[in-house]
Amino acid sequence: MNKVIGLGASALNWLEAVGKAGIFIFQSVFRLPVRLPEAINLLIKQLYSVGVLSLVIVVVSGAFIGMVLSLQGYSILAKFGSEDAVGQLLALSLLRELGPVVTALLFAGRAGSSLTAEIGLMKATEQLSSYEMMGVDPLRRVIAPRFIAGVICMPILSLIFSAVGIIGGLMVSVAWLGVHDGAFWSLMQQSVYFDTDIVNGLIKAVCFAIAVTWIAVYQGYECVPTSEGIGKATTRTVVLGSLAILALDFVLTAAMFGDF
Amino acid sequence: MRSKHTELLVGSFIVLGLAAFVYLAVQVSGLGFSNNKDTYQVVARFDDIAGLSNRAKVSIAGVTVGDVESITFDKELYMALVTMNIRSDVDNIPTDSSVAILTSGLLGEKYLGITIGADEDVLTGGGEIYDTQSALVLETLISQFLFNSGDSEE
Amino acid sequence: MDAYIEVQGLQFSRADRIIYDDVSLQIPRGKITAVMGPSGTGKTTLLRLIAAQLAPDKGCIRVDGKEVHTLSRFNLYELRKKMGMLFQSGALFSDMSVFENVAFPLEEHTKLSVDEIQVRVLEKLHSVGLKGAAALMPAELSGGMARRVALARAIALDPALVMYDEPFTGQDPISKGVLVELIRQLNEQGDITSVLVSHDVAESLSIADHVCILAGGRVVAEGSPAQILDSDDPRVQQFLKGEPDGPVPFHYPEVSADDTKSLGGAQ
Repeated sequence: MNKVIGLGASALNWLEAVGKAGIFIFQSVFRLPVRLPEAINLLIKQLYSVGVLSLVIVVVSGAFIGMVLSLQGYSILAKFGSEDAVGQLLALSLLRELGPVVTALLFAGRAGSSLTAEIGLMKATEQLSSYEMMGVDPLRRVIAPRFIAGVICMPILSLIFSAVGIIGGLMVSVAWLGVHDGAFWSLMQQSVYFDTDIVNGLIKAVCFAIAVTWIAVYQGYECVPTSEGIGKATTRTVVLGSLAILALDFVLTAAMFGDF
Repeated sequence: MRSKHTELLVGSFIVLGLAAFVYLAVQVSGLGFSNNKDTYQVVARFDDIAGLSNRAKVSIAGVTVGDVESITFDKELYMALVTMNIRSDVDNIPTDSSVAILTSGLLGEKYLGITIGADEDVLTGGGEIYDTQSALVLETLISQFLFNSGDSEE
Repeated sequence: MDAYIEVQGLQFSRADRIIYDDVSLQIPRGKITAVMGPSGTGKTTLLRLIAAQLAPDKGCIRVDGKEVHTLSRFNLYELRKKMGMLFQSGALFSDMSVFENVAFPLEEHTKLSVDEIQVRVLEKLHSVGLKGAAALMPAELSGGMARRVALARAIALDPALVMYDEPFTGQDPISKGVLVELIRQLNEQGDITSVLVSHDVAESLSIADHVCILAGGRVVAEGSPAQILDSDDPRVQQFLKGEPDGPVPFHYPEVSADDTKSLGGAQ
C-alpha cells in the first residue's frame, strides 16, 4: 500500500514540477516586452553565443554524417544494383530524421549545457537576485532572450546540418564512389517533397528547440547554487534534453510520416 | 565595438541558414516544378493502380510532361480515377492514346507512361484517356506463370 | 524611535529548520543598524525578507510604513528602487563592464540621457574611489574592488535604504577600513537608513548607531553599541568576545556510547 501511495506522491510531484516549469517559461516569454531596442540587443548577443558558436560542431558533424550515410547506403544499395538511389536515401534520412534529431542532440550537449551552467552561475553569484533587487525581472532579462535565441537558432542549425550533410554525401557518392550525378539529383528530387519532408523536418526542429531550450534554462534557474549543484543541473539538461528529443521524435514521426 | 562584430556574425549566421533552406528547397526537393496555371487536366480510369501515388511522373517517350494530381475511387465503375496535370505546351496528345502504369527500376516508383495513338483529335482540359493498362502486380504475374492458367490479362 | 523598518512577529522556516521564531525588531530611520549573530542564524535571510524576495510564514514587515508582502508586483518594484543592496559576493553582472554595471539601474529606471547617466556613474564611482576602473570587466577586479563597484551600483539611484550583506567578510584590513569609511560617509551624506548584516564585531560596532543580535532564531539583544557591550547575557558576551566555548558549544553534541561502538575502531 505504501508503494502505491509513494507512486501517487511521485506522480503528483512530477505534475507540480511540470507546472512550475510551464509557469516559469510563460512568465519569461509571454509578458509585456522589455524595452524594444534593449531586448533586441540582448537577443542578438544570445543568438551569437547560442547559434553562431554552435556552427562549427554542426557543420563538421553534418558533413561527416552525410559522408558516412553515403558510404553505408552505397554499399547496401549496390547489392540491388540501385546505387543511384543513394541520393534519395541521403536526403530523406537527413531531412526527416537525422537533421533535426542529431542537431538537437548536439545542441543539447553544447548550447544547452552552456546555458544551464551560465544561468546557474548567475544564480550562485547572486546576479539574479541583484536583478530582482533592482526592480528588473530576471526572467525577462536573462531567461527570455536565451530561450528565444535557442528556439530561433536550432531550426537554422538543423537546416545547415542537412544541407552540409547532403553536400558531404554528394562529394563521397559522386566524386569518390562514382555514382552518376544526374541520377543522384533526379532520384532525390523526385522523392523529396518540400511540404512533407522539408517542412516537417523543420517543424520537428522547432519542437525540439522549444523542448531542449526550455529544459536548459529551467535547470539553470532552479539549480542548487553551488558548484556541485551547477554540475548536476548541467548533466540533467543533457540527459533530460536528449531523452525528450528522442521521445518527441517518435511521437512526431508517427504523426507526420505514418499513414495511420 | 564588440557588438558590431557580433551583429555581423549573427547576420551571417541567419543568412547562412536561409541559404541552406533555399538550397534544400530548390536543389534537393526540386521545388518549383508544377505551376497549375500552365497545365490542363486529363483523367484516366484503371482497374488496379497498385502503388501509384500523387505527384508521380506522367511521361511520353520517357520525357516528363506532367504529374498525377489526385487519385480517387470511382464508386460507380469500381475503378481508380487518376487525374493528371499535363503541361499546356504539350497539347498534341491524340484522344486514342493509351496510358500504362510503369515502374522505374527495381526499387523505383510507379509512373504513368503515355503511348501516342493515331487520332487527329487531341486531348484538351477535362478529357479522358480510355485505353488504360493497369499496373503489373508481381504476384499475379508469377501465379499466372506458375499455374499456367488460360486467363490472359484484359 | 522613528523606525524605517518594522519587523513584527516574524516566523520563517526553510526545509524543516526554523530560522525565525517570533522575531520583532525595529530599524531606525537615517541611522546605521548592525544586525549580528553567529553563522547560520539567517541574517542574509532577514535582508531578503525585508526586500520581499522571500515571504514569511507569519508576521509582517513594514518598510517606510508599507507592508512589503502585501504590495502588488508593480508597487514592490517601485519600492525596491528605493532600496540598494550590496550582496556578499558583489554580484556584479559578469557580462558588463564596471561602468555598465553602475549605469544599469540608471538606464532601467530613469529617463536620463546618455550624457547625464555618464556623469552620475562617474560620480558614484568617484565616491567609492574607482573612477579609474570604469572600463574594467568584473573578472579583472579584486574582491574588494568588486564590492566597491557593487556599492556604487547599489547607490546609483540614491536610495533611501541601503542593505549590506556581510560587507567585511573575507576582506583584508585595508579594504575593510575603506568599506567602513564609505558606509559611514554614505550614511552621513544623504538621509539614508543603513542596515549592516555582519559578524565582524569590531568593524560593525565602530560605525553602528543601533545594534541587534540574533541567535537561535530570536533577538537576544537590541540597543546602542554601548548597551550591547554592557549586556550580561552570556550569549551576547560569548559572541562579542569571540569565546570558543559558551552557550554556543565547542563540541558537537555527542551520540551515546553504544552508537560510538558502531563507528569502528577502538573506543
